[in-house]
Amino acid sequence: MTRLQDLHPTIALELRNVEKRFRKSRKEYSYALKGVSLTLDRGEVVGILGPNGSGKSTLVRVVSTLTLPDAGEVNVFGIDAVKHPKDVQRYMNRVSVEASFFKKLSSMENLIFGAKLYGISDRESKPMIRDILAGIGFDPKRVNEPMEHLSRGMQQKIALARALLTSPMLMLLDEPTTGLDPRSKKDVQILIRSIRADHESSILLCTHDMGEAEELCDRIGILLNGELIALDTADGLKRRYQTGPELPTLEEVFMAATGTSLDEAEFEQDETPVAA
Amino acid sequence: MQLHTQPLEKPGWMRELIAIWGYAQRNYYLTKRYFLWELVWLTYTIMNALTIGFIGVGFGGTADEVARTTTFLLIGSMVWSYLSMIFDLLSETVSWERWEGTIEYTFMSPASRITQLLGMGIYAIVYGMVRVVIMLIAISFFFDLSLGQANYAGAAAILAICSVSLVGFGMVAAVMPLLSPEKGQQVTSIVTSVLLLVSGIYYSVEVLPEWLQPLSKVSPVTYALDGIRATLLDGASFVSQWHNIWPLLIMGVVFPPLGLWLFQRGEYFAKRTGRLKRTG
Repeated sequence: MTRLQDLHPTIALELRNVEKRFRKSRKEYSYALKGVSLTLDRGEVVGILGPNGSGKSTLVRVVSTLTLPDAGEVNVFGIDAVKHPKDVQRYMNRVSVEASFFKKLSSMENLIFGAKLYGISDRESKPMIRDILAGIGFDPKRVNEPMEHLSRGMQQKIALARALLTSPMLMLLDEPTTGLDPRSKKDVQILIRSIRADHESSILLCTHDMGEAEELCDRIGILLNGELIALDTADGLKRRYQTGPELPTLEEVFMAATGTSLDEAEFEQDETPVAA
Repeated sequence: MQLHTQPLEKPGWMRELIAIWGYAQRNYYLTKRYFLWELVWLTYTIMNALTIGFIGVGFGGTADEVARTTTFLLIGSMVWSYLSMIFDLLSETVSWERWEGTIEYTFMSPASRITQLLGMGIYAIVYGMVRVVIMLIAISFFFDLSLGQANYAGAAAILAICSVSLVGFGMVAAVMPLLSPEKGQQVTSIVTSVLLLVSGIYYSVEVLPEWLQPLSKVSPVTYALDGIRATLLDGASFVSQWHNIWPLLIMGVVFPPLGLWLFQRGEYFAKRTGRLKRTG
């Protein structure tokens, strides 16, 4: 079993030529990831921009050990996540577009269960839960209400709280603000920023929100049709695609890099490939 | 908010024990939250058992004969209620998580699959026993049962051995929804109905057509029912039921590791083909 001191001191996540394809029909395959390589340093926030169906969710699933890559390497803190999934799972957590909760259970019950999956007992988790929920501004009177009574924004904040409970050193955020109202979106973004500041977590943030990527991320990658076609700081990307005297916006960068706008790309893309 | 690193430093076995308790506790929470539905299902099960009991009364005969027939049928009804509960809870492990939308969260957690299945199995056994006790109390108000010479300890021991093999049998069935999200659950339901048909729940398996009888030999429920009926109706000793116990012991040793191995293979397949998704 890998110990904390055995983890790579500077690199949180390293992907090398990761490939994943899904069977669409008997002879037809579609590529979800094509030779994706990237490195995420400890304490860094890397955003992945891409339209629906570009492979963002597959990328997060591969890193979170839910999908096995067909080729390439996935190393989390220097540990091969494909060969040793158990060794890396306890150091990371994930929040996806849908808050995955037992709808009838309360936030407290869901959080207690989530904590136990990571080996945290009631005695340890209850004060942590109170602490974390206070930190996200959750009304303690609602702690025993079923999750289905809470707004989507609040459910998403509870999902982040559940991840925080396990002290993840690597956070995988798969469109955590998609579908939220502007106020909830802002709250969740503030929470993500505080996770980085207070917990020194490394964060891989998949989003199709340009503003969110620019505001939260140290570096931004553009994923299109499973290929990581660019990866740099927001300014670096802007300079790379600068054609006039002024720096382009991230939206213009995306258009220049992909030949299409994010909205158009979303319209043109199929849904995430369904495995046969 | 503080970063807590203690859980990361706990020994693996302790984290797994906490997770086993987590699964059992979560199922308890769910039972509590769905209490009215649980009440509806329990009421239905009791009514169903009473209906079957009255069929025994309707056969007529001397008071002793009626009591024996009724007890024979009710043992079948209660044991089936208990064992099918274990089988269903285990076999629905994956479908349930998928329906709730939590499957990805559960499968990316560091708790192992054996931990998950053990937690589910332990809760199923305890919950099934509570239901059977409530059923027994309800039934005792309606019928004179032929339990004068019952060997309760022997019956309980046979039921306990069978529970282990049923947990393993449930693990084998639980793999189906990993292989095919929708069809897998359908196959699991068919397995339950075949168990009901071939295990001699309400009749001796000898009344089945000869071509169907071999199936009854691979169902642990067949041996459990035969042994439990002998110990409760005739007061047979535990040792005298060795012909029913050894197949249960073998199944108890073979099915859980086989179920776990198949489950792990199914998980690998689901991860490779992208089937481990909430939407199936």
